[in-house]
Order: sequence, then C-alpha cells, then structure tokens
Amino acid sequence: MTHPTRPGRILAWALLFLGGVLMVMPFVYMLVTSFKHNVEVYELSLLPRAPTLDNYRRLAGASGFPRWFLNSFVIATGTTLSVLFFDSLAGYTLAKFRFRGRLLVFGAILSTLMIPTEMLVLPWYVLSRRLGWLDTYWGIMFPGMMTGFGTFLMKQFFEGVPDELIEAGRVDGVGEFQIWWRIALPLVTPALAALAIFTFLGNWTAFLWPLIVTTDRSLYTLPVGLASFSSEFQTEWEMVMTGASVATLPTLLVFIALQRYIIRGVMLAGLKG
Amino acid sequence: MPLAFYVGVRFYPTADALLMSLTDWNIVGERRFVGLANYRRLATDPGFWTVMGNTVQYLAVGVSVSLVLAFLVAYHLDRIRFGHALLRALYFVPHITTAVAMAWVWRWLYQPVPVGVFNDLLVTLGLPQQPFLRSTEQALYAVLAPAIWAGLGFQIVIFLAGLKAIPEEYYEAAAIDGAGGWRLLAGITLPLLRPTIVFLVVVSSIAFLRIFDYVYSMTGGQGGPLDSTKPLVLKIYETAFGHFQMGYAATQTVVLFLILLVISLVQIRLLQSR
Repeated sequence: MTHPTRPGRILAWALLFLGGVLMVMPFVYMLVTSFKHNVEVYELSLLPRAPTLDNYRRLAGASGFPRWFLNSFVIATGTTLSVLFFDSLAGYTLAKFRFRGRLLVFGAILSTLMIPTEMLVLPWYVLSRRLGWLDTYWGIMFPGMMTGFGTFLMKQFFEGVPDELIEAGRVDGVGEFQIWWRIALPLVTPALAALAIFTFLGNWTAFLWPLIVTTDRSLYTLPVGLASFSSEFQTEWEMVMTGASVATLPTLLVFIALQRYIIRGVMLAGLKG
Repeated sequence: MPLAFYVGVRFYPTADALLMSLTDWNIVGERRFVGLANYRRLATDPGFWTVMGNTVQYLAVGVSVSLVLAFLVAYHLDRIRFGHALLRALYFVPHITTAVAMAWVWRWLYQPVPVGVFNDLLVTLGLPQQPFLRSTEQALYAVLAPAIWAGLGFQIVIFLAGLKAIPEEYYEAAAIDGAGGWRLLAGITLPLLRPTIVFLVVVSSIAFLRIFDYVYSMTGGQGGPLDSTKPLVLKIYETAFGHFQMGYAATQTVVLFLILLVISLVQIRLLQSR
C-alpha cells in the first residue's frame, strides 16, 4: 500500500466525505420536508421552522396508505419465510444427498438465474388470470416463493457442514427432517440471516410484478401505491415526501441495525459470482 | 415440491413465453399461430428501434459512468481507516431503498423554481434554469442519474472486496522496485481486479438493460416526453398490459432474453481466458 502525503490524504478524506454527504442529501431533503407545513415547503431550508406530524396523520387517515403498508409487510414477510424454508431444504438436499440426477437438478436450478423476470411475467399473468389469482396476496407472492440464488447460496453453506455430525444424528436414530432442522440448520445461521435480509428488501421494493397483478387499490403494495400517488396528492410535495419517507424508513432501519451483515452479504455474493 | 415449483413457475412459463411469441393473442380470444410474423413486425417497428436506442444509451452511459465513479470512490476509500465504515455506509444507503419512493424525491429535485432544488441552485449561481424531465434531450439522463446513484453503493462494496483480496506483498515488492502511484495502479491494481471488473460490468449491464422502475415512476408510466426515455421493459409492459398484444409482447421479452444470454456467455468466456 502506498502512503500518500498527509495533506493529500486529508484532501481525499474530505472529498470522499463530501461525496458521501451528497449521496444521502436526497434522503435528508425527503425526511425534512415530511415534517414541514405546506407553506414552508418552498423554502428549501434544512430545518423545519415548525416541525409537525400533521402530514403523517393525514397520510394515515386519508388514503389507502396504511393498507398498502400492511400488504407490503405481509407479502415481504411471507415470501421471506417461504424462501428461507424451501431454499435451505433444497440446498441441504443438493449438498448432502447423493441421488441420481443431482447435478442435472442443480444445473437446472442454476439455469433459472438466467431467465429474466420480464419474460416470465406474461405467462405468470396468464396463469394467475386463469386460476383467479389476480388481486390476491397469493398472486403477488407465488413467483418469489423460492429462488435459484437462495438455493445456490444455501447449498454452498451446507457443504461446509461436516458429514460426521449428520451421521451421528442418524446413528442416534434422529429422523432426516429433524437432522436438517436441529443439527444442520443452526450451523448456517449467518447465511440464513443474509438470505432473509436480501429477500425481505427485494420483496419490499419489488415493483413490476405487483404492478401487473393488482388492479384493486386495496391490494396495492407500497411501491405500486406510491406510483399512483400523483392523482391523489397532485402537487402537495410534502405529502408525497411523507409517503416516500414511510416507504423508505423500514429499509433504512433494517440497514442501520444490520449494516455489517448486509455489506458482508453483498461482498459474499459478489465474490461467489 | 421444490421440483414442482421450478417446473411450474420457471420452466413452464419460459416455454410458454417462447410459444406465445409465435402467436397473435389478445388474452381473451383464441391464440392464433402466426409463425415468425411477430419477429418480422419487430424488425420494421420504428417504435421498437427508438426503444432499443434508448436502452443502449442507458446501458452504455450508465455502466461507464457508474463504474468509473465507483472505482474512484472505492480506490480512495480502501486506503482510509478513519471513518471507513461510516463513509462506506453513506455511499451504500441509496442501494437498499425503494426505487419508486426515490423517483418521487428526484422528480421533486428536478422541478422548476421555486420547487426544485437543482434549478434553485442554478439560479442562485446565475445560470439559466434547465427543463430536465420536460425536455426530450435531457430527460433520459435525468432518469438515469438516480438509477446510477442507487447502484453506486453496491458497485463500491464489490470493488472494495476486490481491492482487499489483492495481497499487500505485491505492492511492497513493486514499491521496492521503485514503482509509484500510477504505475502501481496500471500494473498491479487494475490487472488483478479483472475478475471484479468483468463481474461488475456484466451485473450492471444487465441492470441497466432492464431499467424500468425509475423510468415508470419518473415519467408517470409514459416513458416521455415523446418516448425519449422509454426503455425496452416499459415497451413490453405497454404492449402486454396496455394494448393486450400478448404475442407481440412475448416476442420482445424473447429479444431481451437473448441479449442477456449473450452477455452471460461473454462473461463466461472472459473469465475463462485468463
């Protein structure tokens, strides 16, 4: 590693810091504005003169917003639980059982990573229409209940679990499902945590498929609801910013709480790819 | 059970999309087999070529600008210990947010005086106001900016992981040989980062090719003004769910799939020929 002169280093630090502050400025403006009265919005000051929660109160009362929040929460949580269960079960099976066609199955699952969602949404829509899944939670959730990425990730991690532990379980007469649940799964919790975070965030922010599959306003997810916001709050920018804040705050809190896992998870996924 | 899922939700739909692309179908009536007519129609559809032009612009400008910025930040951030985690977090935060929400924020920043911050700044500096999203020339870049902004944190973190993986001894050995800053960068850092760079170019190309959320929410779902910001995925969405031409929309998704396939194959080739 080179050691640049001290002033050079301080300059680099200052520039990086400035860049970082600029990166988060849109958030700062969004949050600040959500606490402003309408008359203050155009002043662009960073501190509201008279901070208020009125916008949040109006948002909770007026529109379908609370419902959209609930929808997003239920869908993201449900999908995440399903992905954790099925991806780790499939990953475990692929890592620890020798059966015919194992490589073929694994290859097939990996190949699904190459198929873009945009190509699948048309057949999914046709299917949902035929089966009456349009405008239902299940309709929004079913395409994401398992993921090729998650299966791959979990398989890699289960391969690190020593076979001796599993054999010991079998000798003691523990059932296969119990071995997976009680012995193997607790050993891969870091991977499970990373998968949980990414799946939740991915589903919380998902847009294209929920936009296609819902037409009933009461079943919108937050992003779809937000996209339809303009009709409701024309040019009331403080209301739009309040809505954007509510959609963003949960992900922001998750990030602040789990920052280390998230960044390590991204690095992991990047190195594997 | 997982097998049934993959067959039912991934493979069957893929086959169905391919078949659909050979039909003329408005979703309520019968599917009528038309062979390659949709593909011929695509080749002569001026709307399709406009959209492809836009998509290529998103891709080329998006990938090059974002990767250069991300590398600059990561390269310097890698040498900093003081406040490293804080700085990294500042750059990463935009990556985990809801695109639709951020699209609203940026739309607001782009507004004319007295609403928009950017124009306010320009006027304060004595410069003329810019139309941004209202101009056919600037709108594409105005939409691209937040997309780059949101992806930057991910690219920086991946670059940081790549930089950390370069053994310290390489630099020490080169320093003993008297190599300085630029020669270290060109002779050691960049060549050893090759797999990281290939990975990031591929991942970001795919992301910009599929750009949709920001365009849809910043242009009210129109891709305007005058289609100047409309990317391929928005065209697919319109064809399928605006005009209900399912067959023609499926044809466009097959084109997208083929482009992505080529990119993935190029990646595999590049990573093998080392």
